[in-house]
Amino acid sequence: MHDEVILLFEQCLNGLQFGLLLFLLAAGLTLVFGIMDFVNLAHGSFYMLGAYFAATFAALTQSFVLSAVLALAATLAVGMAAEVIAIRKLYGRDHLDHVLGTFGLILFFNELVRLIWGPAGMNLALPPYLSTSIEILPDVYYPAYRLAVIMVALVVAFFLYIVVMRTRVGMLIRAGASNREMVSALGINIRLLYTFVFGVGAALAALAGLIQAPILTVQIGMGENILIVALVVIIIGGIGSIRGAFIAAIFVGLVDTVGRAFLPEFFRLVMTPAAASALAPALSSMLIYLLMAAVLVLRPQGFFPADGR
Amino acid sequence: MRKSVVAISALIACLGVPALAQQKSVKIGFISTFSGPPAVIGNDMRNSFELALDHLGRKVGGLPVEVIYEDDQQKPEVGKQKTDKLIESDHVDFIVGYIWSNVLLASLKPAIDSKTIMISSNAGPSQIAGELCSPYFFSTSWQNDQTPAAIGLYMNQKGVKSAYLVGPNYAAGKDMMAGVKATFKGKIVGEEYTRWPDQLDFSAELSKGRAAKPDAMFVFYPGAAGVQFLNQYVQAGLKNQIPLYTAFTIDETTLPRQGENALGIPGAQEWVNDLPNDANKKFVADYKAKHKASPSFYGAQSYDAALLVNSAVAAVKGDVARKADMIKAMEKADFASVRGSFRYGNNHFPIQNFYLQDVVKGPDGMPVLKTVATIVKDDQDVFHDKCTMK
Repeated sequence: MHDEVILLFEQCLNGLQFGLLLFLLAAGLTLVFGIMDFVNLAHGSFYMLGAYFAATFAALTQSFVLSAVLALAATLAVGMAAEVIAIRKLYGRDHLDHVLGTFGLILFFNELVRLIWGPAGMNLALPPYLSTSIEILPDVYYPAYRLAVIMVALVVAFFLYIVVMRTRVGMLIRAGASNREMVSALGINIRLLYTFVFGVGAALAALAGLIQAPILTVQIGMGENILIVALVVIIIGGIGSIRGAFIAAIFVGLVDTVGRAFLPEFFRLVMTPAAASALAPALSSMLIYLLMAAVLVLRPQGFFPADGR
Repeated sequence: MRKSVVAISALIACLGVPALAQQKSVKIGFISTFSGPPAVIGNDMRNSFELALDHLGRKVGGLPVEVIYEDDQQKPEVGKQKTDKLIESDHVDFIVGYIWSNVLLASLKPAIDSKTIMISSNAGPSQIAGELCSPYFFSTSWQNDQTPAAIGLYMNQKGVKSAYLVGPNYAAGKDMMAGVKATFKGKIVGEEYTRWPDQLDFSAELSKGRAAKPDAMFVFYPGAAGVQFLNQYVQAGLKNQIPLYTAFTIDETTLPRQGENALGIPGAQEWVNDLPNDANKKFVADYKAKHKASPSFYGAQSYDAALLVNSAVAAVKGDVARKADMIKAMEKADFASVRGSFRYGNNHFPIQNFYLQDVVKGPDGMPVLKTVATIVKDDQDVFHDKCTMK
């Protein structure tokens, strides 16, 4: 029994870590969607760019933390540039135009990465102090890096909450979401604000990407699969809501990881091992989509829709 | 009037007969993955196939050769489309390649139905070795179950009493698990299938593996997933706790990115770059000279596939319409394989040795693969009884 409790605890940590990672990605997505009413499929490209920048800077500077900071700054710049050059032209148009435009950007960024870094992918190595495991409970070890990821993501989430809810910039962002014309009538440069928000969203995606880079590998198209999960998160959480994204991300992370871990055992109780091992992986990979479908039926606006929607 | 008919007939004879006599060139379709992360594998296969054609003087069986490469994008439906295209619009004489078992299974029928000779230079699904076997299908690799079965034998030798198995949830993953379970005599304390190919975070599986307290872990993760699995296995501190045994997880395409993580982790393979036969020495040396990298088993099997095609076309003196005779010639496996000599079973899968490979530090300090021992000699897959061919 004791072992099972420890395993459940460990799986919850795994789920929490995955959920927080999803939050970093979903936060930028939901901000951009909520504030600019803009569907950004290219969000996964910034996730990929963050990872590539970090791997490149790590090779140059030999410092993990420094390369992370540089990668964030670089992706912020690329995100703002993309907003000024391409995204800005698409505001106020149909959502289908957004989807088409940003899908084009995905192809553009994938090819760009292939031209610059080649098709083979890269590695981002962890510094020795992070590539060990820590005894979190007596005789229970957990990878130090995954613990660090949990801490960093929690700090970022808290910081984001403070900025959006408690500062003047956050007030402008929320006001811009509710009534764009009124904010600009009050003399606020709304275009600049949008560029800034888009850049911050890109930087958040880059943070998720570079965090994931040492666990996975850095490769072309790495942001595409996870973007789908991030979209599930913002649908469940309610579009435009940071709080909704946070809670939904952790929820999705836990359901996915814990479901994957325990569904096979659960099925083995009620059916033959062969049938269980055929059905469980199939069902566990569908779990979060079933969850999303249930939310769409019961509460189409999501758990915590942003105000004024 | 009569004169002009004769003249035209003569003209046709002059134009037509030489064209028939000199035979066309041999057309080969080659399907692999040339986009996304697995392109590293596809490129290694193409490089090796091209190297074999160079060694053959750009001719197979004395005829000029044309190769059409197609990208399956690691998707079964795309692989089938490309197979159809190669057969129906390019009219290829041979169709070679296929990394992934699920892609091969989807592409098998059009080749067999059109009686196009198909050579898998990697994937070896159990179905094709058994009930789906066909005279038109040959393998220059192995049947999926064989390699993990060899590592299962090695785990017995090492006194492993309990094992935890992890692999991807697709055709090859299921074969690999079945293979290791067929020979491993200890207890299986857990068996996990992960989403393929998009699940790359194995934290849940590694936590379960640790909790199951096995003597050893067995994994099958080809390509980039093998890099990620090994990364996470080491980060979780498991390398010092639970020894890892592998099939198709560490090879020359992944080793540059696995680095030190891979040191000391054993695997089984029918070909390793240091096998001491002459054909292999030439292949490995020329590949290294041309591409500044080491070839992988994917490449070695593709190199052999080119030699197999050559032996078939040579046997019929370039008359590639004589398919039955070409098949008969191919069944002899009459060429200098880079794995050393082997023979074909009734189902056209090789009967061959499997070696134990280890990862050690090379002369320049970089990890390299090394043959340690022969685990099993002249091994034949267990599905050949289900194949109705004699």
